Amino acid sequence: MAPRYEREFKVAAEEGKVDPMHQFTIEPLGSWANWDMNGVNIAFTNSALWMMITAILVIVFVQMGTKQQLIPGRWQVAVESLTGFIDNLVQSSIGKEGRKYIPYIFTLFTFILFGNLLGLLPLGLVGVHPFTFTSHFSVTGVLAIMSFSIVLAVGFWKHGLKFFTLFVPHGTPIFMLPIIAPIEFISFMVRPFSLALRLFVAMMAGHILLKVFAGFVISGGLGGIGTGLIVSLPSIIMMVAISALEILVAGIQAYVFALLTALYINDAEHLH
Amino acid sequence: MPQIDQLADTYTSQIFWLLVFFAITFFVVGRGMVPRVLDTMDKRSKQIADDISAAQAARDQADKEEEAWRTRENENRARAQALISEAKAEAAAKSEKKMAAAQKRLDKKLDEADARIAEARESALGEIEAVATEAAQDIVVQLAGIKVSRPVANAAVKESLAHG
Repeated sequence: MAPRYEREFKVAAEEGKVDPMHQFTIEPLGSWANWDMNGVNIAFTNSALWMMITAILVIVFVQMGTKQQLIPGRWQVAVESLTGFIDNLVQSSIGKEGRKYIPYIFTLFTFILFGNLLGLLPLGLVGVHPFTFTSHFSVTGVLAIMSFSIVLAVGFWKHGLKFFTLFVPHGTPIFMLPIIAPIEFISFMVRPFSLALRLFVAMMAGHILLKVFAGFVISGGLGGIGTGLIVSLPSIIMMVAISALEILVAGIQAYVFALLTALYINDAEHLH
Repeated sequence: MPQIDQLADTYTSQIFWLLVFFAITFFVVGRGMVPRVLDTMDKRSKQIADDISAAQAARDQADKEEEAWRTRENENRARAQALISEAKAEAAAKSEKKMAAAQKRLDKKLDEADARIAEARESALGEIEAVATEAAQDIVVQLAGIKVSRPVANAAVKESLAHG
């Protein structure tokens, strides 16, 4: 390894950039660092930047597919199959009444999916560090709370106080109610947390794993050719494999989030 | 873990910008574009369903017409067959009649010819008798010198002819 790179890697290691947690650090960008609204800090950070990029990409992606041609082009097919996928998901879990939730579920799915995938882009090679905002529970928490609020709003709007019968499964004997109802209630209240934590943990774990292996590659390389072959080579192969796995996880987690939201809305719509 | 360490400093910014960009995406894409995409898809599947049902209807119609054509064709064929057999029967009857008539005419001609032959034979026989009678008279005159009267000679000839 050339001495110049060696020095750089050493510097990087000393500065803590190989710290696998460093990638999750939120950094205010330039002069926007001190933005606030009535004293509330709304600094435009790297996290907000990647949310913006996600929003723009989603808008551009879908916009390119809204030519409304009878015989669709490639892009339109892509957008339509994505829309059809969400339509299917919603129809199969909520039913005919589910159509009005498609805009929300679609936005949720694409926003999370694009956020996850953008965070995986190897843009670090050109000096841009993608930030995976879905690896922050402050973000996934807000998404989960939004979904949960929709469930509550729909439930109480449609069924009023009868919505509480959600905690009484069909065919529960009366004497079991004091046990079953609290359990159902707790499992219901845990939903937003599980929703938020699942996404946050999955994304964070994958990224940490990638950074840990990346650290191994560097440390192995610094140790000389022998350790380089024994440590760095297998590590980099693992990184390739894990990257593929992470792409899968990015899709699956977005799908799970959207699917569970749809299922919870179904509970509110139909009360079991 | 920055997610926890920075939480107090950054949660307002995180929530604010997430809501801003999620809302933009929701209103622009979710409310604005997705319904149009779904609409396009619905229209397309409706058009496909319509086209398929139209094709089915056309096919049914064609089947029905073919069926009708087939029955008509069969009727025509049967009628033609009937006509042919009728004509055949008629022709056969006519030719039979003609044959019968021809036969009759032939029979008549034959009968006439027979009669004529019989007559000729009769007259020839009569002539032979007369000639024989005369010859007999002459022979008797020549041989015996006896003049035999014609009726006697004739009776003798007749007897001799009858005995053959």
